[in-house]
Amino acid sequence: MAFMTIADRTPHPRELMLLSLVGAALFFGGWQLIAISGAVSPQTLPSPIAVIATAWQLAFEPFAGHTLIEHIVASLGRFAMGFGLAAVIGVPLGLAMGRFRLLDDIVSPIFEALRFIAPLAWVPFAALWFGTGIGGPVMVIFAGAFPPCLINAYRGAKLVEVRLVEAAQTLGAGGLRIMAEVLLPGALPSIVAGLRVSAGLAWQSLVGAELIVASAGIGYVMVQAQSNLAPAIVMAGMLSVGVIGLAIDVALRRAERLVKSRWGQA
Amino acid sequence: MKDIRFENVTKSFPTRSGTPFVAIHDVSLAVAEREFVAVVGPSGSGKTTLMRMAAGLDHPSEGRVRVGGREVTAPGPDRAVVFQQFALFPWKTVRQNIAFGLRCKGVARARQDEIVAHYLRLMSMEGTEDRFPHQLSGGMQQRVAIARSYAIEPDVLLMDEPFGALDAQTRTVMQEELVRLTRREPRTVLFITHAVDEAVYLADRVVVLARDPGRLREIVEIRPVREAEQWDERPIDEVMDLPSFTHLRTQVWRLLRDQIRPDD
Repeated sequence: MAFMTIADRTPHPRELMLLSLVGAALFFGGWQLIAISGAVSPQTLPSPIAVIATAWQLAFEPFAGHTLIEHIVASLGRFAMGFGLAAVIGVPLGLAMGRFRLLDDIVSPIFEALRFIAPLAWVPFAALWFGTGIGGPVMVIFAGAFPPCLINAYRGAKLVEVRLVEAAQTLGAGGLRIMAEVLLPGALPSIVAGLRVSAGLAWQSLVGAELIVASAGIGYVMVQAQSNLAPAIVMAGMLSVGVIGLAIDVALRRAERLVKSRWGQA
Repeated sequence: MKDIRFENVTKSFPTRSGTPFVAIHDVSLAVAEREFVAVVGPSGSGKTTLMRMAAGLDHPSEGRVRVGGREVTAPGPDRAVVFQQFALFPWKTVRQNIAFGLRCKGVARARQDEIVAHYLRLMSMEGTEDRFPHQLSGGMQQRVAIARSYAIEPDVLLMDEPFGALDAQTRTVMQEELVRLTRREPRTVLFITHAVDEAVYLADRVVVLARDPGRLREIVEIRPVREAEQWDERPIDEVMDLPSFTHLRTQVWRLLRDQIRPDD
């Protein structure tokens, strides 16, 4: 991620690429130097080369019952369920709240209070209510993913011109059709931006969600590795989380740009 | 076809100060079947409010609005509205915009295509069906909006300054086309405008409103002259040069002039 700068000049894409590489080189180079300097033991700080080697090895050799790839697949499955559920519930609810004042007034206060509870704080109850199989972890991810889905759909619906809703009404459209054909497309740029934030938060909640999982997943790998005193494996897990999170964000950023250009002059 | 009747309609809006703002005060007005009535008035005379009540988008505080004898309570496809800012769905193509109301009515797909094609032809817009609104000029966009309203075969057409956002030239062309269209397929029309010559050129009757509060001032009959001199058969510039036209325009203008203030 590029940090916002005060400079008013936008760097050339190639320049930006170069600067990103410089940043990464400094980070990993510094890390490697500290790790091999002997100042800290490999048990405290494994070197980046060791971490990558460990990740590569785990990709084929099972750890905690599965290979790293299998763990990643398990995590992605949970992520998809929690994130999907949040989108399927949050987006329509947000649109409806943007349209119907009464619903807004009923839901908003409770939602505003609940959304400040960190996803991790739901872990005990998620396990208690939905178990440690599929339900519990999915609920934790859902708790992270839900607010941006709802908030952006709501804001998007508020920004849809009243005139378009009125035009649809005068042409004989009912409530559901107005939601599906006027509010949803009108709010889509905002919704897609919300989904991107939501996916990021869902993925971040994953490790917390997998603290209560007893079978597979990147978070599970990290917990097991910690108790086995294998810091390189913990870091290999962190590395996987980072890289996959980045990939999800890049994909959704692309979708967001696509929608915005298609809706361009809207 | 249906008529529109405003029966002692008053509309007031609540304000922060507590004293309600009266937009329309005790207006009674009847628009007959297939009649074209234009409403002119200074800003703040409640023209748009009047139209919105007929559409069912606003509701009278007192009195009632009836369309075809039935009291208006909500928007419905028997009363199509053409808005000043077109209100086309930006994410739908021209074809999808025009077909929207037909889909709401449950018209079969093949019939939808026929109707869309018919109005595209009538509005001289063939070949634009797959374009998006933002790819069209303002005049073209308003043609699509008019086609969209006509397509659902409403009894009543409510037009809220439909040409207000267009440049002068496009406006003239559109006025001429609207006359052509309403002659071919007559509707009961309530047409809101602040342009006096537009009102006189288009309407059978021109209703002049006064303001503070918005109320009926006078109704000017145009139809006898327009029929006698066959305005609808002649080009717009010719009609607007006729002594009878100038006379009627002046008559309407005088009813408005003493209400206009420097801040308008």
